Amino acid sequence: MHSFNKSINYQDPSAEGYYGDFGGAYIPEMLYGNVETLKTQYLQIMQDPEFQREFHALLKDYVGRPTPLFYAERLSKEIGTQIYLKREDLCHTGAHKINNTIGQILLAHRLGKTKIIAETGAGQHGVATATVCALKGLECVVYMGEKDIERQAPNVARMKMLGAKVVPATSGSKTLKDATNEAIRAWINEPNETHYIIGSVVGPHPYPDMVARFQSVISDEIRKQLKEKTGSELPTHVVACVGGGSNAAGAFYHFLNEETVDLVAVEAAGHGVNSGMSAATTQLGKPGILHGSKSILMQTEDGQVVEPHSISAGLDYPGIGPLHAFLYESKRGTFTSATDEEALQWAFHLSEIEGIIPALETAHAFAILPKMNFKPNDVVVVCLSGRGDKDLATYMQVMDMKK
Amino acid sequence: MSRLSELFKKQNQRVLNVYCTAGFPQLNSTLQVMESLQANGANIIELGMPYSDPLADGEVIQSSGNVALANGMTIETLFEQLAIMRNTIHIPVVLMGYMNPILQYGFEAFCKKAKAVGVDGLILPDLPLFEFEHLYGKTIKENGLDFIFLVTPETPEERLRKLDTLSTGFLYAVSSSATTGKDKDFSKVALYLQKLQSLKLKNPVLVGFGIKDKETFDAVCTYSNGAIIGSAYINALSKGTDVNDTTAQFLKAVLS
Repeated sequence: MHSFNKSINYQDPSAEGYYGDFGGAYIPEMLYGNVETLKTQYLQIMQDPEFQREFHALLKDYVGRPTPLFYAERLSKEIGTQIYLKREDLCHTGAHKINNTIGQILLAHRLGKTKIIAETGAGQHGVATATVCALKGLECVVYMGEKDIERQAPNVARMKMLGAKVVPATSGSKTLKDATNEAIRAWINEPNETHYIIGSVVGPHPYPDMVARFQSVISDEIRKQLKEKTGSELPTHVVACVGGGSNAAGAFYHFLNEETVDLVAVEAAGHGVNSGMSAATTQLGKPGILHGSKSILMQTEDGQVVEPHSISAGLDYPGIGPLHAFLYESKRGTFTSATDEEALQWAFHLSEIEGIIPALETAHAFAILPKMNFKPNDVVVVCLSGRGDKDLATYMQVMDMKK
Repeated sequence: MSRLSELFKKQNQRVLNVYCTAGFPQLNSTLQVMESLQANGANIIELGMPYSDPLADGEVIQSSGNVALANGMTIETLFEQLAIMRNTIHIPVVLMGYMNPILQYGFEAFCKKAKAVGVDGLILPDLPLFEFEHLYGKTIKENGLDFIFLVTPETPEERLRKLDTLSTGFLYAVSSSATTGKDKDFSKVALYLQKLQSLKLKNPVLVGFGIKDKETFDAVCTYSNGAIIGSAYINALSKGTDVNDTTAQFLKAVLS
């Protein structure tokens, strides 16, 4: 079988949403209208000066952007290189997720939608969605895997306090994949009034591109801040954790076409890549279709989607966004992974040496730093995608075990 | 002429297509279910290939798929079961499924094998028009399989005509934008089907989603060539103890 036209500009997928062979919109006809409306209007709406003004005003005054770029002195010394932390954990609601939900709620408003649905894994995207719905007075329903509801109780409480309805996804592995299925089904059943705010760079075109563009504010700021601090806009490395890949897409975006910048994506290895309990999609997956796009997917030989494992709910996903699949396949990105144990260890270590308690997802990005053989003059930006408050129960268990 | 075209040439009213999940309720009940459907008056069999993440389906069909997967059903096993189906099954058989398992099997190999065992057509709800036109449609046609697109009340007329042009066998009209197994407001459905009738489409139209009994079957048959029943039959199979008795009772009630 021949393939579709290769798109070589990583920032712009083809008209049908392809990055190389990955992407597209593999959706049932019942979703055609909604997805087509988004596809024909998203760029126009996003590029409208009034939209941009409103988006950036909210990012500044509500989210608290720009987030700092912090030189991590003790960490740099320990690793033997220059490490800067992009502090997305300081965003309102505690993670980068709100950059996208602010953008999409403004877009939904312009499309005349009155109800918002979302899926969530760790609950960060659910909280960010519930937050913007409260801000704009829209009804909000969040689908969350039953297993994730148990392990991320504080975020469930936050969503409820913000007025959202949290619906448990009880099928399959009862995690992010299943929550996404339920959200897509809910959208099929109520297509006209509802906008679906996908939280990652996954889903049918135009979601991967749209979410990447909303999150690209991260790398836009990194360039400016790095110029101020080092005299150059370009780091040697950008490191980010990847589940679906939204914080990585945002942190990579304005460096995608800068060949000298090494883009390092860290997947969740769970108990170990070959343990059978892992979520390291590029290591374990094959090309496949899930949630409306062609990408790399963890699956059986018969093409049934495999239930992944990661200690972090936000990385517990058997797929990866099509942009990342293309970065992997084209070797533009460096893909590596960290285990549950390494992530936990680094959550504590970062807390102790920099005074920053990271989310479990984020801790994966730090766990690979000692293995990277950085040079002393390298400039490494780590996307500190979220803070660890939501993971305190897990961290407390670890401390209890150490006693 | 394909089996589907022949069927609609002979019968253009009250055509009943019944959906069943391959490998449900037992791994090896697939052929028995098909034979029973044929014996009790079904005109077409739509055989669902189970998938872990069936986005267009509701709870009932998804859980039957989970049972089938737990029973060990795979595309390979299904083709082994279907290898002898044309000894007993004379009515058209279409396979319904999602793209990912087919891609892993190999799209071309899948089409060849489907044709070889006597399958007549394919319904793949997550194969989009663009990818059909640019990549997969050619393989489907080269292997002599019909391809049935879905249309919904929200499908714009221009697109509807295109989907009709590209479809062969029949066109699958989704009664309203919803997943399978949901109850519908049939006054709205009637208006939609009347509109479809007025468009004088190339293909016969079968209506699916929400058709569950005699009342709903009769209602949509007034304005279409027939209907597809899925979730209601799967429900009956889940509750029944004997496939033949359950199927006989279910179809008797619908067709009475």
